[in-house]
Amino acid sequence: MTDSKYFTTTKKGEIFELKAELNSDKKEKKKEAVKKVIASMTVGKDVSALFPDVVNCMQTDNLELKKLVYLYLMNYAKSQPDMAIMAVNTFVKDCEDPNPLIRALAVRTMGCIRVDKITEYLCEPLRKCLKDEDPYVRKTAAVCVAKLHDINAQLVEDQGFLDTLKDLISDSNPMVVANAVAALSEIAESHPSSNLLDLNPQSINKLLTALNECTEWGQIFILDCLANYTPKDDREAQSICERVTPRLSHANSAVVLSAVKVLMKFMEMLSKDLDYYGTLLKKLAPPLVTLLSAEPELQYVALRNINLIVQKRPEILKHEMKVFFVKYNDPIYVKLEKLDIMIRLASQANIAQVLAELKEYATEVDVDFVRKAVRAIGRCAIKVEQSAERCVSTLLDLIQTKVNYVVQEAIVVIKDIFRKYPNKYESVIATLCENLDSLDEPEARAAMIWIVGEYAERIDNADELLESFLEGFHDESTQVQLQLLTGIVKLFLKKPTETQELVQQVLSLATQDSDNPDLRDRGYIYWRLLSTDPVAAKEVVLAEKPLISEETDLIEPTLLDELICYIGTLASVYHKPPSAFVEGGRGVVHKSLPPRTASSESAESPETAPAGAPPGEQPDVIPAQGDLLGDLLNLDLGPPVSGPPLTTSSVQMGAVDLLGGGLDSLIGGTNFVAPPTAAVPASLGAPIGSGLSDLFDLTSGVGTLSGSYVAPKAVWLPAMKAKGLEISGTFTRQVGSISMDLQLTNKALQVMTDFAIQFNRNSFGLAPAAPLQVHAPLSPNQTVEISLPLSTVGSVMKMEPLNNLQVAVKNNIDVFYFSTLYPLHILFVEDGKMDRQMFLATWKDIPNENEAQFQIRDCPLNAEAVSSKLQSSNIFTVAKRNVEGQDMLYQCLKLTNGIWVLAELRIQPGNPSCTLSLKCRAPEVSQHVYQAYETILKN
Amino acid sequence: MIHSLFLINCSGDIFLEKHWKSVVSQSVCDYFFEAQEKAADVENVPPVISTPHHYLISIYRDKLFFVSVIQTEVPPLFVIEFLHRVADTFQDYFGECSEAAIKDNVVIVYELLEEMLDNGFPLATESNILKELIKPPTILRSVVNSITGSSNVGDTLPTGQLSNIPWRRAGVKYTNNEAYFDVVEEIDAIIDKSGSTVFAEIQGVIDACIKLSGMPDLSLSFMNPRLLDDVSFHPCIRFKRWESERVLSFIPPDGNFRLISYRVSSQNLVAIPVYVKHSISFKENSSCGRFDITIGPKQNMGKTIEGITVTVHMPKVVLNMNLTTTQGSYTFDPVTKVLTWDVGKITPQKLPSLKGLVNLQSGAPKPEENPSLNIQFKIQQLAISGLKVNRLDMYGEKYKPFKGVKYVTKAGKFQVRT
Repeated sequence: MTDSKYFTTTKKGEIFELKAELNSDKKEKKKEAVKKVIASMTVGKDVSALFPDVVNCMQTDNLELKKLVYLYLMNYAKSQPDMAIMAVNTFVKDCEDPNPLIRALAVRTMGCIRVDKITEYLCEPLRKCLKDEDPYVRKTAAVCVAKLHDINAQLVEDQGFLDTLKDLISDSNPMVVANAVAALSEIAESHPSSNLLDLNPQSINKLLTALNECTEWGQIFILDCLANYTPKDDREAQSICERVTPRLSHANSAVVLSAVKVLMKFMEMLSKDLDYYGTLLKKLAPPLVTLLSAEPELQYVALRNINLIVQKRPEILKHEMKVFFVKYNDPIYVKLEKLDIMIRLASQANIAQVLAELKEYATEVDVDFVRKAVRAIGRCAIKVEQSAERCVSTLLDLIQTKVNYVVQEAIVVIKDIFRKYPNKYESVIATLCENLDSLDEPEARAAMIWIVGEYAERIDNADELLESFLEGFHDESTQVQLQLLTGIVKLFLKKPTETQELVQQVLSLATQDSDNPDLRDRGYIYWRLLSTDPVAAKEVVLAEKPLISEETDLIEPTLLDELICYIGTLASVYHKPPSAFVEGGRGVVHKSLPPRTASSESAESPETAPAGAPPGEQPDVIPAQGDLLGDLLNLDLGPPVSGPPLTTSSVQMGAVDLLGGGLDSLIGGTNFVAPPTAAVPASLGAPIGSGLSDLFDLTSGVGTLSGSYVAPKAVWLPAMKAKGLEISGTFTRQVGSISMDLQLTNKALQVMTDFAIQFNRNSFGLAPAAPLQVHAPLSPNQTVEISLPLSTVGSVMKMEPLNNLQVAVKNNIDVFYFSTLYPLHILFVEDGKMDRQMFLATWKDIPNENEAQFQIRDCPLNAEAVSSKLQSSNIFTVAKRNVEGQDMLYQCLKLTNGIWVLAELRIQPGNPSCTLSLKCRAPEVSQHVYQAYETILKN
Repeated sequence: MIHSLFLINCSGDIFLEKHWKSVVSQSVCDYFFEAQEKAADVENVPPVISTPHHYLISIYRDKLFFVSVIQTEVPPLFVIEFLHRVADTFQDYFGECSEAAIKDNVVIVYELLEEMLDNGFPLATESNILKELIKPPTILRSVVNSITGSSNVGDTLPTGQLSNIPWRRAGVKYTNNEAYFDVVEEIDAIIDKSGSTVFAEIQGVIDACIKLSGMPDLSLSFMNPRLLDDVSFHPCIRFKRWESERVLSFIPPDGNFRLISYRVSSQNLVAIPVYVKHSISFKENSSCGRFDITIGPKQNMGKTIEGITVTVHMPKVVLNMNLTTTQGSYTFDPVTKVLTWDVGKITPQKLPSLKGLVNLQSGAPKPEENPSLNIQFKIQQLAISGLKVNRLDMYGEKYKPFKGVKYVTKAGKFQVRT
């Protein structure tokens, strides 16, 4: 008597037979027939042809039959909208049924019938059900609003359902509250601008109360909603945290992770000195570890989130290293994640254990896992200096195994170790060279070539080794070709006498026989370098390389902060903000961690950037990210770093001679012609690093401008806060137009493109008058200067301080925020001159309490000089008097928004200080005008 | 929220689909099949897969894939937890969660899925509420139904649905009132070549079977509650009481449920009850190797270790194994390369061992890695952490229930590296 009988078919057209049965008089037969229809539906068979017959069975007292018909309706109503109307009457009737189960069922099903025509009929019953006396009906109706909103958002708004839904947040039944929150969150997600979940301390309190009493699923919705709230101070944050912590012991892992999200976010507001902060940290570890004993799928999601958490707050799990040890029957996706976290937690204290584990993993069966384990050993060496030696010897052991992929992976990481600890482990080069022939992966080949080129002077047969690669030059991947080119040029610069032929060969291969533009360009550059100035070539090619940073794949801090706000969501699994992958380009609101409140401000540095990034350490290393090796390979054209040159001067002298001779013969003797300029790509200046820009392009730098005083450029956005983009700039005003002179420097290892800029609303409505024009992509170490015209017609919002400007700059990598103060004199307009009468009248007109007095010290200028200096910045002298040996200057200026400022400047001959009295209807600008005076007069 | 669900069997047939919003075409599963192909092993299919328009979040349970389709940002853990709950419910209703059971009860399955999720929001997932709405199939009921024409769909609102204790229904009545607790501890451990413990922890659970009439209010106390510092609770437990008094106080659900799960990780509390002596070696340039393992008890606190099984995934180059054992029986599957040795009980007088020759594929290089041994065992009447229930008190009802506690320790993920 099983349901599988419903799947059996007869020869005589199934649909035909079902139709007959559905129209049977016998109740039982009808029900069986509907069951058969449903069974076909479950396997994706199209039974929509039976629509009228099934709907006819709807009018019944038998609840099971009714439910089955509803199931059918939900699936097929959309394909038969006209027929679906037939069902409306029954729904409306059922919504009045005395049995709350039936009322709820009706409203629930109606919402699932995604037919526009039906929605109109749904409004009245839904309105009733939202106010139903039975909470079961109310909670079902709450979800129905979300369904309806999905079908017809306008209707929901017009009918006022959203307000009713908001009222349900204060419902007496916790389940109703949870569903209302869930429905509102879903609606809010599709309309990020609508301020649906207006959270305030009262509603938060209601949510926290409901949190204790609703179902586990409701708890998830409520916690996710709480996470969007920003408490007004640290006290409120703490009290919410206290009420959320019991959720960490919930059996449902989704509840636990949502609670972790709330705590991680609100913790940001708590002072680290607080006892409670420490308690909270301790409480977070056990639940996170417990997640790892759940099913592998849950473990995977948990691990992805833990990866974020250990980057943000490594102290939470620093003692829990062992739980991340890999078990051999873990699924591969769990293994790889665990490995990642192990490296993040590796420290001097536990490195011995970690290394022992990693070595164990390196002999496992799964190739991907083994590779990652080998790479992890290298990362440990780079991260924990004390362990480097042990790591290197472990890697050598692994190379001895001769397992092909292990050897290749080991060579790739050893190259990184060389970069991190130069001149320490080069003794192993001989061992590496033994394995040259077994390398068949581009990455490993490129790494090996890099090593040979870099240490050419220590490897006796470096030329032979490189030559062996050269034979199959055109079959190599670009990565290897580029590396080979660089490697041979390095070799040539180090051992010029023996390797001329080799370098000629590779240059001609790269420039003449290759159609890869990157390779050709790099070939030409080397060629020109070598032919014009071998010393410069040496300085460029053999320049000291910046050290690589410890953590090569840390998530950049602002992104990390954003992702912390998305713990437990898909964004946390992909480690990308939702804006990067949510479909439909709905304006996703960027979330950011709340800043610490003033009352709890302790040793933390005050942040001006809105994204509250934690202060990073001063990097004397390059912030490498992404594929480290790729970056390394592109770095060969690094800038000539300041610091001691690589070779001593006497050696250099000799080298110059040798090089000169070598090059003469290279160019003259062998009928080599320097490449014709036409063959050099026109965009030579653009795609190469600044090291070369310095050599080729000497025109950078903006000449000083006449007009208003221009402050020297200051760094506004340091590279470490913006993934390598450094922005410095200043403001200028020239003949009536304001502009922002920017200097963008790419200090990262990847090319930057797609620049754009935006200002936050500010006191004087400053806004970019044109888009940010960066014509060519900005390659590593390149700098561009841009003058961005500004207008003063943007939207206005009073800022604190008044002249604060918040700027967002976007490129292909991310969006960065910074804020800067602009000097007020860029806003002094050219037509700001008053006549005397006007001046007098205005001066009298402005009440005395608006007058502010300032001292300008150390300004030994006479009245003439002052007057002319100020005039060039649009501060006009209206009158001049001499009173008791003092010069009195009466001046006026007008701001772009029409505010007049009147000034009286008293200069005493022989006294370097002068007194400035300012009168203005908007006294808050006085301070800034005074600052403008000071800047102008002192420069 | 959860948009659709597809159930897929191991041979890649979609045998059930359910849509909670609009219908999503089956073709979306192609992305899943692609990932499955790439993963080679069914257990290695990544649980979250992104496709151009949807996300697929899946679990693998009882040789079935539960693949859910997601369209908006949603907590993946919520989806995974829910899918496991669906599988649990099938298990609960049909005794097993298998393709056959689901196909046999397809209508009930459909009704259940509809009841559990509304527009992607979980509606009723508590077993006792579901059972009031949709009665589980029994042979008797289906016979009765077919005679009387009554249905197995409840037509009144489940009582627990909206109360503060949604996990318990009202009006429960038993003639024999019983409350039984099983304390089950599993040891997860990694033992290295030399026999020292790399990592060990205990995953414990207390499962309860409560058949008590009315609305009993129970308090369970322990001799040594300090052991429990990392605990996950069933929602019925009053967290405040636990925080202040370390007593589990709760109104229990009716029937079987997991009361708490806990983790004991401090190494000195985790005793390792067995040791393994092993010597596995492969000779260079020869097509054979030696295999020798002996297993013995460590500290077993006077209890016998039983149900011992050793599973070894041998390297791919192993063709066959010729072994002799002093106890139990062994099998070697030359296709999957899995060696299984069913040992049984350990008697300390004569330690069980398994030794012999390993035949390797001739000409192949000798395996780099030695296989890990996976060990299963069981110790009755012992919670290895030392956890002991002190007493169980009942308030709110007058009758005297039967009470009982059973302890058992098992191997969880217990592996020995060689």
